[in-house]
Amino acid sequence: MSDPILDIRDLRAGVEGRDILQGISLTIQPGEVHAIMGPNGSGKSTLASVLAGRDGYEVRGGSVNFLGQDLLELAPEERARDGLFLAFQYPVEIPGVNSTYFLKAALNEQRKHRGLTPVDAMEFLTLVRDKIKLLELNEDLLKRPVNAGFSGGEKKRNEIFQMAVLEPRLAVLDETDSGLDIDALRVVANGVNRLKSADNAQLVITHYQRLLDYIVPDFVHVLMNGRIVRSGGKELALELEERGYDWIARETQAATQS
Amino acid sequence: MSEALNTIEEFVSSDYKYGFVSNIESDTLPPGLDEDVVRQISLRKQEPEWLLEWRLKAFRHWQKMTEPHWPQVHYPPVDFQAISYYAAPKKKPKLNSLDEVDPELRETFDKLGISLDEQKRLAGVAVDAVMDSVSVATTFRKDLEKHGIIFSSFSEAVREHPDLVRKHLGAVVPYTDNFYAALNSAVFSDGSFCYIPKGVRCPMELSTYFRINAANTGQFERTLIVAEEGSYVSYLEGCTAPMRDENQLHAAVVELLAMDRAEIKYSTVQNWYPGDKEGRGGIYNFVTKRGLCKGRDSKISWTQVETGSAITWKYPSCVLLGENSVGEFYSVALTNNRQQADTGTKMVHLGANTRSTIVSKGISAGRAQNSYRGLVKVNPGATNARNFSQCDSLLIGDQCGAHTFPYIECGNPTARIEHEATTSKIGEDQIFYCNQRGIETQDAVNMIVNGFCKEVFKELPMEFAVEAQKLLGVSLEGSVG
Repeated sequence: MSDPILDIRDLRAGVEGRDILQGISLTIQPGEVHAIMGPNGSGKSTLASVLAGRDGYEVRGGSVNFLGQDLLELAPEERARDGLFLAFQYPVEIPGVNSTYFLKAALNEQRKHRGLTPVDAMEFLTLVRDKIKLLELNEDLLKRPVNAGFSGGEKKRNEIFQMAVLEPRLAVLDETDSGLDIDALRVVANGVNRLKSADNAQLVITHYQRLLDYIVPDFVHVLMNGRIVRSGGKELALELEERGYDWIARETQAATQS
Repeated sequence: MSEALNTIEEFVSSDYKYGFVSNIESDTLPPGLDEDVVRQISLRKQEPEWLLEWRLKAFRHWQKMTEPHWPQVHYPPVDFQAISYYAAPKKKPKLNSLDEVDPELRETFDKLGISLDEQKRLAGVAVDAVMDSVSVATTFRKDLEKHGIIFSSFSEAVREHPDLVRKHLGAVVPYTDNFYAALNSAVFSDGSFCYIPKGVRCPMELSTYFRINAANTGQFERTLIVAEEGSYVSYLEGCTAPMRDENQLHAAVVELLAMDRAEIKYSTVQNWYPGDKEGRGGIYNFVTKRGLCKGRDSKISWTQVETGSAITWKYPSCVLLGENSVGEFYSVALTNNRQQADTGTKMVHLGANTRSTIVSKGISAGRAQNSYRGLVKVNPGATNARNFSQCDSLLIGDQCGAHTFPYIECGNPTARIEHEATTSKIGEDQIFYCNQRGIETQDAVNMIVNGFCKEVFKELPMEFAVEAQKLLGVSLEGSVG
């Protein structure tokens, strides 16, 4: 087997003195799609934030290896340049900053980091025109400030559009399905699927099974109270949809008591 | 405070890049101000009697005035007797070419990034550099002369075009106008004079670079621009000052006069030394700038990017007298550390169908206080006057302040006045979003600040817009992205 893209070992982390992740281990190989499911407050978004390096999250123990490096040692922008992409649950608006300018700067930071020459405005335009069709977004969006005045669906599609341009090795999708209607969901999922390749990987965080009808995971992990309590194939997601999260909670409790 | 904010703090607390002192011998009057000093200044400048008389009238008037305290700025009282009112670089030979300029002076200009060389000629910029009050070299005079344009130091203009100067001096800002304008009128040492004859479109950007060098000197320059009927000129003023512990006073007067269908575009990039992080030192910038749209269909446009000075007190204004005349004010004022700025504009509508636009962008970082103060006044005769004002404030960190003081006086029921205002903050979420896309914090701050100022930058001449962007970058973080 090749080297994993992401290798999380016994990760413990929290925020403002509260322990949230209580020992998570997860290995993601190239070409794989993993889904993390779990009820509200189980630590799903915390995991995404810790991986991306958001300020305010404290890592208390464990390790995270990303493409052979200690991920936790890297600044957020270094993680991004190395190919870790977070599709935000709530993409923030940046008034005054033109979307094209922003995305070109992001791409060129990544290219610079990898020793490549920056793309010029013309090359970039050709590139984004290709990618924007994938997400069925209006080209006008490129002229608008980043996320400013975008609808909820546009913001989510814009995240995946950025992902398409930046071509990350690991994309973490944090509840990308929340707030999307079924058509938008299909478009987003279609985009994500098209971006899948043999040497990248995706970590899809979601509350609902619905998204997994469109993005079919290789592995499903159930996160509860900061721990992965069960892992399985895509059928685990269907079971969760049918039976809810409670039965796993009960079984887990029984297992720890016995 | 979170780490992201701390990082921003670090960036914003970077040092002033232009804080070097030149070892140029200067001929300085001892500190103090009385009629004799006024006479000395006039004598050293070999001025005609009428100008001395004007200075003395201004001085006598100034003595009767009191310092204004209404701005939202706080500083210890200025001791006007502790200031030297005249400092001229001593070597002041008649220069035939730029090669004869004192090498160290030229080095100073090089450090400032302004060269008086042919490069500027290619860039189409004529520079009149003012260092410690006396104009050192004026370039491109000959080219301009071909068009009948006069662009010279104020002193030269007094010698060579006394009638023009005498006719217009104080016509827009009389010496009685305010405390600092009166002081300036009494002791002004040099400045720029610009005259665009009827129907002439000035073929290049005219540029002046001011720099305060000698310790304990106030800089009191005076600029007068007259645009005759149907003419056009674009003028850029840039300012820097070396680092000093003590505060230095800068009280300039700028007068613009636009006749029928004339247009004056006046752009300022001000980067006076702002003082250190604790607020020691720095320039007190108390400036009176006013333009008179005297003729019909005339237009005066002020664009300013203010990043320097410990204290800024400045309201470039337009008096719209001619029918259909237009006044514009585009401003970016950035304050950092302990800087305080109280700046804005006055648009005074006197003529019918006059229009004015105000776009003000205030940025506060560190523990700075930034105030917009603006007056829109419509006189009874200004039928159909229109004004649009937009004042936006951007806060960086959580220890700074932004204030807006809009004044509206409307004396004509047909007038239309609009005012919009917003306040926003660079959020940690925005910074993190940029970080997550591979953009580091300083570049993210830059990007957001530049985006915020875009409307104003697009009013600057291209080359200077780039400069202004860089300056904001430097002022905020010490390195340019």
